[in-house]
Amino acid sequence: MMAELSQWVGSLPISLAMRRITWFVPMLQTLHILSIGFVLSSIIMIDLRVWGVSRSGTAITRSERFMPWMWTALAVATLTGIALMFGAPRSWRDGAFVAKLYMMTAATVATMALPIMLRRNECGGKDAGVPARLVGIAALALWLGATLAGRGRWIAGALGG
Amino acid sequence: MKALTEFLHWVETTPLALFVSQSTYGFSAIDMFHIAAVSVVFGMIAVLDLRLTGMAFTDFSVTDLTRQVLPWTWAAFAVAAITGGLMFSGQAVKYSVNFAFLAKIALMALAGLNVLVFHFITYRGVAKWDRGVPVPWAAKFAGALSLVIWIAVAAYGRFTAYYMFP
Repeated sequence: MMAELSQWVGSLPISLAMRRITWFVPMLQTLHILSIGFVLSSIIMIDLRVWGVSRSGTAITRSERFMPWMWTALAVATLTGIALMFGAPRSWRDGAFVAKLYMMTAATVATMALPIMLRRNECGGKDAGVPARLVGIAALALWLGATLAGRGRWIAGALGG
Repeated sequence: MKALTEFLHWVETTPLALFVSQSTYGFSAIDMFHIAAVSVVFGMIAVLDLRLTGMAFTDFSVTDLTRQVLPWTWAAFAVAAITGGLMFSGQAVKYSVNFAFLAKIALMALAGLNVLVFHFITYRGVAKWDRGVPVPWAAKFAGALSLVIWIAVAAYGRFTAYYMFP
């Protein structure tokens, strides 16, 4: 029986094929981190307005302009992430990886809640209510955490992961 | 060239460099923050580049977007540069002959040149194309070039590990 899910995934033909082209997996990883960078930046831009500390003259409703592009970036991150699960499978025993999955899920929920919270400020004012601010900060903290955890595997591994 | 190699050998013997090369998790921890910082640098620059090329955020004025994005870009770049410098110092000599690393540095220099030209020449007339009108080709080109360069920088950064030879 399979000793380890990641080992089994790693033995699949698709996984072997992906690693046969030496540059393929690193390119996927590059696109993965760049798209996440765009997500992080979009959330920072939105959060600045939500917290009323934006140096912009534009109203909070305009921050919704970042959303479509952010979702596109998130889609790219998801697709490359799924591909990487096959091309460079990580063990469930890897503490950092598990932490990343949890934070990623929570971050996506927070990100989805953000437009809903912003729409509640139809007055078009620059500031938002407390719930929107908390959701905004949560989204940012969770995405940042997931990004760091994405590369933190060696540390977790040393801790017995 | 020999003087440079000798200098880099010395860099490797400094306390911080020794910490990076000898500690079990030092390099990985620094690398973690380096990658996060680099992703934010790209994200912020991408926002501006998408505006300049006219692909997105066209109802924001260029100056408005620039004012918001640049402080974060510089802050993230500072973190990336410091973490990058630390990692470099641990194995300075090897990095100095690493093809991917050298390509990355060269591309960043090109990006810097692009920024200088844009800032001191193209951006001068921004008031005329700040909002509502298409951006002039020089600015569009700067934005497109910037996007391509930074994607390549990220890729060569990822490939650096593959070009480290004992």
